Amino acid sequence: MVHWTDEERQAISSTWAEINVEEVGHQALARVLVVYPWTQRYFSTFGNLSNATAIAGNPKVRAHGKRVLDALGDAITHLDNVSATYAKLSQLHSEKLHVDPENFRLLGETLIISLAAQFGAAFTPDIQAAWQKLMAVVTAALSKQYY
Amino acid sequence: MPLTDADKKHVKSIWSKASGKAEELGAQALGRMLDAFPNTKTYFSHYSDLSVESGQVHVHGKKIFDALTDAVNHIDDITGAMSALSTKHAHTLRVDPANFKVLSHTILVVLALYFPADFTPEVHLACDKFLAEVSYALAAKYR
Repeated sequence: MVHWTDEERQAISSTWAEINVEEVGHQALARVLVVYPWTQRYFSTFGNLSNATAIAGNPKVRAHGKRVLDALGDAITHLDNVSATYAKLSQLHSEKLHVDPENFRLLGETLIISLAAQFGAAFTPDIQAAWQKLMAVVTAALSKQYY
Repeated sequence: MPLTDADKKHVKSIWSKASGKAEELGAQALGRMLDAFPNTKTYFSHYSDLSVESGQVHVHGKKIFDALTDAVNHIDDITGAMSALSTKHAHTLRVDPANFKVLSHTILVVLALYFPADFTPEVHLACDKFLAEVSYALAAKYR
């Protein structure tokens, strides 16, 4: 069971309240596909991912980015039990999607970078630290059902 | 994953803005690393203040960023540019190279934070590759 301080909870929820889930999801996922192009291996049905412009304009990338961020919202709503909240999602990623858990780490790092770009100085070191912790917890929870 | 000509162009372009703020960006990157990744504090047990505002963090952050500027200015021979620093890290500082990735991450965060319009996905890619090359060069003399 993860211990969250009041400051960490506040840092996470106050940032989350300001996020446009569809926009940030799109930015983060598009960045992952550009910066780590091998991640495109999981999206062979998404159509044109041939360059950064194509990725940015791809409607399937946008839709999927939103889906991913909506799932993050679930974790944030259930900060005291992310493992249980993500049990089925973890199983899905392991048994059906066969996603290397390293990708959870890459997306986590990229999301933090996207948040930094959006919020600037308002994304203080303490707020970043809380989000790094959240990304680590989410990565662990999503990795939990892998055998 | 060697740097392409496009990568080098992107790195030089964003660095032309970053190099002027070396101390501030360096302090931010270092301070954020120490804050968010407490394991890294073990290398700074001799510092009295590990916050982003700390004088010690500012001095050291500037040192780091100036070294990166050097690497940018010798982007065709990063190994050569980093040679002396590699010796220092290998034999004196002995920082576990896994930590180079952590600092590289907070450097990217800081670049995105300060230059959101310039830090496009392509520039992000170029900088990620550049920092990986620097990290590799820094670890070159370890064993």
